[in-house]
Amino acid sequence: MSDEAPKPEELAKIDHRPPIWTGWMHEPTQIRRGIACYGANPKNLEYVDFPNPREWSPFDEDWKLPGNWKEIIIEGLRERLEKFRSLKIFMDICVRCGACADKCHFFIGGGDPKNMPVLRAELLRSIYRKENTIAGKILGQFAGARALTYDVLREWWSYFFQCTECRRCSLFCPYGIDTAEITIIGRELLNLLGLNTDWIAAPVANCYRTGNHLGIQPHAYKDMIDFFVDDIEEITGVRLEPSFNRKGAEILFITPSGDVFADPGTYTCMGYLILFHYLENLGLDLTWSTFASEGGNFGYFTSHEMAKRLNAKMYAEAKRLGVKWILGGECGHMWRGINQYMDTFNGPADFLEEPVSPITGTKFDNARSTKMVHITEFTADLIKNNKLKLDPSRNDNLKVTFHDSCNPARGMGLLEEPRYIIKNTCNHFYEMPENTIREQTFCCGSGAGLNAGEDMELRMRGGLPRANAVKHVHETQGVNMLACVCAIDRAVLPALMEYWVPEVDVTGVHELVANALILDGEKERTTNLRGEPLPGMEDMEEEEDV
Amino acid sequence: MNFIASILFSGIAISILVLIPWIGVGALDLRVLFGIVVPYLAVATFFVGIVVRVLDWARSPVPFRIPTTAGQQWSLPWIKPNRIDNPKGTGGVVMRMIFEVLLFRSLFRNTRLEFRGGPKISYEWEKWLWLGALVFHYSFLVVFVRHFRFFIEPVPVFVTLLEKLDGFLQMGILPVNGLGVPSVYLTDMLLMLALTYLFLRRIYIPQMRYLSLPADYFPLFLILTLGLTGILMRYLIRVDVTAVKELAIGLVTFSPKAPEGIGVIFYIHLFMLSVLIAYFPFSKLMHLAGIFLSPSRNLSNNSRFVRHINPWNYPVKVHTYEEYEEEFRDKMVEAELPVEKMPEGAAEEQAGSPEEGAKE
Repeated sequence: MSDEAPKPEELAKIDHRPPIWTGWMHEPTQIRRGIACYGANPKNLEYVDFPNPREWSPFDEDWKLPGNWKEIIIEGLRERLEKFRSLKIFMDICVRCGACADKCHFFIGGGDPKNMPVLRAELLRSIYRKENTIAGKILGQFAGARALTYDVLREWWSYFFQCTECRRCSLFCPYGIDTAEITIIGRELLNLLGLNTDWIAAPVANCYRTGNHLGIQPHAYKDMIDFFVDDIEEITGVRLEPSFNRKGAEILFITPSGDVFADPGTYTCMGYLILFHYLENLGLDLTWSTFASEGGNFGYFTSHEMAKRLNAKMYAEAKRLGVKWILGGECGHMWRGINQYMDTFNGPADFLEEPVSPITGTKFDNARSTKMVHITEFTADLIKNNKLKLDPSRNDNLKVTFHDSCNPARGMGLLEEPRYIIKNTCNHFYEMPENTIREQTFCCGSGAGLNAGEDMELRMRGGLPRANAVKHVHETQGVNMLACVCAIDRAVLPALMEYWVPEVDVTGVHELVANALILDGEKERTTNLRGEPLPGMEDMEEEEDV
Repeated sequence: MNFIASILFSGIAISILVLIPWIGVGALDLRVLFGIVVPYLAVATFFVGIVVRVLDWARSPVPFRIPTTAGQQWSLPWIKPNRIDNPKGTGGVVMRMIFEVLLFRSLFRNTRLEFRGGPKISYEWEKWLWLGALVFHYSFLVVFVRHFRFFIEPVPVFVTLLEKLDGFLQMGILPVNGLGVPSVYLTDMLLMLALTYLFLRRIYIPQMRYLSLPADYFPLFLILTLGLTGILMRYLIRVDVTAVKELAIGLVTFSPKAPEGIGVIFYIHLFMLSVLIAYFPFSKLMHLAGIFLSPSRNLSNNSRFVRHINPWNYPVKVHTYEEYEEEFRDKMVEAELPVEKMPEGAAEEQAGSPEEGAKE
């Protein structure tokens, strides 16, 4: 943690009661360290031709905005109302019943009333009423309207970057008002003034240039995978030969670059490699790409247009390589993007074929238009058809629970596939309480580009509901491993666990698969992918050490 | 503006609205204005307003397919999909909407945060909001339908039946028929009770108090006043029902009359109704129509197998593979990654294998 959050005991003192005598409309905004991210570096905005690149800090008084910033925002809002029915409806029909209020992880973990989804939306609605409705123009604040001021803009920035677009509130809303939609469009408006965070702007620029958020160049990408190949050989005795940018392969594999970069995502990545190697003998013909080397899409946290610009390389690379279909790795917002946006953005993918598993012959009918299959759909099908030799006892040291990532849960409905895989690769699986899983799952607290170091307090607050549920199964069932299907989860949950439930570690689902998977010609494995002794092999390790 | 100012503002607004017909009819005898002109204007505003608003919503496209998926997707044949909460086709969407509109399914999911020190967080049973909302809407509907007896002659059978049912349930408790007071309607009481609950939770629950606007108190007060004047008329301040019916039938048959002798309380009741329906299209009450157009509820989750078209989709500037390879070609060649075009000079040596992958 680069910036320390307060101690858990301190942070847990949360008052959920807003002030009684003051209203929210003219409450000045505090942009506080620990809660806010740094402002976008000009070079990252310039690289993708975004407006108003300049050195600035959100903690400064002066944000160096163009003179006509108000007109830009008002015009931008008007334009988006014409483009998105969702926005119009969500601006007009909220009755403020408050059902969403205590459903947001940021409100639960922080108590800031403007993090109640209804108020987050009211921040924008109040301006909409002033500018776009007759009642708001005439009645002003009696109609819930207020003028757009510099302070309102700062407030927008603060709270639209305190939302992870997880959509939990939209589940409970009787009209399905989706705060993610409000936040996405709100951020799009802020980006008209160059008001992004650098933690989002830098990955966007990187991804545009190198194909992935982390800015990993092609040779380095290959090097990193080769490094995993060495590790895998050491652990399993089997030498893998993954291929990159190979034309004529049947399947292109795309996964978040986080998986090649940092633990424990790297073990998930090793998991993919081992699975693909295992399947090669059964007829899998798959290539990785150093260009389409990112499944995630931070453009999505910037604007619809930027999301489309970054997403374009998936189909472009599939077309260039001449593959038949695309397989996608474990990632959260990547999959909401693929499920709900990609085909609309950059389709039709008529140069690809409807995906069929080369091993089982299963046709993935549900992906017949996007031509992109989720790896847990792919692997669950393999297991169901008895194509994998698995030894779940190799995961017997783990008591696993599963964190549904927000986007695959509420923007897709991928709930059973990962569970099926976990149950077949691990002997000890426990669910967290039902109000915290599946469609009601709680966010990791760091999604939608908030996984920086400087906003650690916000992340620990936002992640509290999730951590609390993990803690519950840790205490009642002895759970020691939190599985997930999201690269951001793998990047941020370790810090969250360390903070709230230090006894629990984090894993991707395909790490569990690879540990259980028995490869042809493998040596007797003594450790798992992390180099920790397998159950029953603890003594062996010591002997070797001696 | 705090909650007291919001309540005061709404309360004062309602008081003024009550005074207008009171003075207008009570003192100035403007029966035609308040019995005919205002109701017609209000109804016209209601219909025109709703149509204009809905058309305005519909004018904006739905660029992306963004249902909130609340259950298992349709994927592999042996995994049971949730066809209602994660609909794959129109049938499922229709079911989802029926549950949403008629039973408030999403609100039924509601829980209440219980936050104790430690921290220890739990999510407790909380169906009161759902119940209050359901009781309010259905009572209002029944009260509305019961009013058909004023507008239709002869009174339709279903209205009479509904009245009997609605009144019957209270007979045993208030056997006041013999005293010349009509039976008490269950829905009258439930409507007032639900409204009172919906109001009290706004000031009792701290978060609700903070987030409520005058626009939340105003319609509550308005409907409360509407209900109160109706109840007063029925049980305490009797009005000439025959004359009321004459006026009502006159209105719906477009041969309006404003007969003499109807008490002023009726005109207040009618004026509250007029205000309510005229206010409707400009307010949050439009959720009635909006729910049907809400993209997170009324779309199926099919965008991976049926392409959803964005009518304003436009070409964007992208970074092409060619530009990428141009920048990294030398490094790629050195790392034995395949390239489309060999670098100058190196072309001679490796000319034979530009397509060759890292994998042999």
